Amino acid sequence: MTKPGNVIVYPDAHARRSVGRTVPDEATADSAEAGARPAGRLDEMSARLVAVAETGDRGAFASLFRHFGPRVRAYLLRAGGDAGKADDVLQETFAAVWNRAALYDASRASAATWIFAIARNRRIDAFRRDRRPEFDPRDPAFHPDPDPGGEEALAVQERAEAVRNALAALSEEQREVLRLSFYEGESYPAIAIRLGIPLGTVKSRARLAFNRLRSELGARREDLR
Amino acid sequence: MNVVHHVDGDLLLAYGAGSLDEATSLLVATHLALCPACRSDLDMVEEVGGSLMASMPSGAPVEEATLDAVTAGQRHTASEVSEATGPFVLPQPLRDHAGGDAGSLRWRTLGGGIRQVPLRTGGMATSARLLSIPAGRSVPDHGHGGFEATLVLAGSFYDRETWYRRGDVSLAGPTVVHQPVAGPEADCICLAVTDAPLRFRSLVPRLLQPLFGI
Repeated sequence: MTKPGNVIVYPDAHARRSVGRTVPDEATADSAEAGARPAGRLDEMSARLVAVAETGDRGAFASLFRHFGPRVRAYLLRAGGDAGKADDVLQETFAAVWNRAALYDASRASAATWIFAIARNRRIDAFRRDRRPEFDPRDPAFHPDPDPGGEEALAVQERAEAVRNALAALSEEQREVLRLSFYEGESYPAIAIRLGIPLGTVKSRARLAFNRLRSELGARREDLR
Repeated sequence: MNVVHHVDGDLLLAYGAGSLDEATSLLVATHLALCPACRSDLDMVEEVGGSLMASMPSGAPVEEATLDAVTAGQRHTASEVSEATGPFVLPQPLRDHAGGDAGSLRWRTLGGGIRQVPLRTGGMATSARLLSIPAGRSVPDHGHGGFEATLVLAGSFYDRETWYRRGDVSLAGPTVVHQPVAGPEADCICLAVTDAPLRFRSLVPRLLQPLFGI
């Protein structure tokens, strides 16, 4: 199902996420034929990742690699890796994208966001001697999301726009803390030393940034709170 | 039952950015396993990360050889089904980190019926441990050199006029001196993360402190 503008409808996303759900909501009867809630529209890269997930499409994977590869590499270099190490982690990241694509949930994240999260985890495992603790949705102790209900969240593409606007709405001081945390992987204590300000100030800037982002973007699922 | 007391936004932000120390990350990840609301907030934080990464100047193209290396073999598709069968007290990733569920761990006695399992984590500044407090018993009065975060995994505890239950996080700053009490219904098992040694106010636990490292 293809719509103009490289946007496709991906009805499977919610169905996959809400395994165990009982009957489709009356309110979503228009999409009941697909057995799912109305799906968000996908940007081009997210649609390619879905193609990798569903059919192992090598061409789609190659275009993801050519588009995101240089950006992932720039991210890894920025976060303190030397070129050799960055290339190793880059390869690990895309191997995970290739092998784990079936776990990609297009209703939850864009391809950019999903690939960022993988690169971030591989960076932590490789550049620090820490392990990256991650929750596992397949764990029997996992507390799953309740049945989806109410309004459809903004489509992934519209959200990307909203995120850019929300970032622009932060103060320069808040953006600086974000930049150092995301790009350079600096902890709050390290940021405090680097900027010569108290740790409490760094944490409160981070908290203000978080609150601002949340009020600009809205919690994705406000009904969960 | 839904989680009522969540992790702070600055912790979710640092966890999503990948800049949080391992001990605190363990607490945040375990809370996330139990809290759909915070997972929704994490989605938002990761969108910020994705957006920042997507807007990086792309620089030189990457080696096509890497692409070939990745797609050369068969795809190892990840399993969607867990082989683990619960119920578990400790969610992943805590179970994995501790080396088993609560019942199979080597608990060490701390005195007063309180037991602990220290967890090995990277980074000098913070430490993580599992604590088990007998039903109805109180933890000795203590203050902190720094920050303490406690996540309840079984039973409940009462502290500073608030009940904390499975999935809830209690945060105590450097100025707090408190004496949490376990609820009467069951032993309280929690994950405690501190960024400085606890300071007990009574003499006996203070003497024990160097022995047990808390």
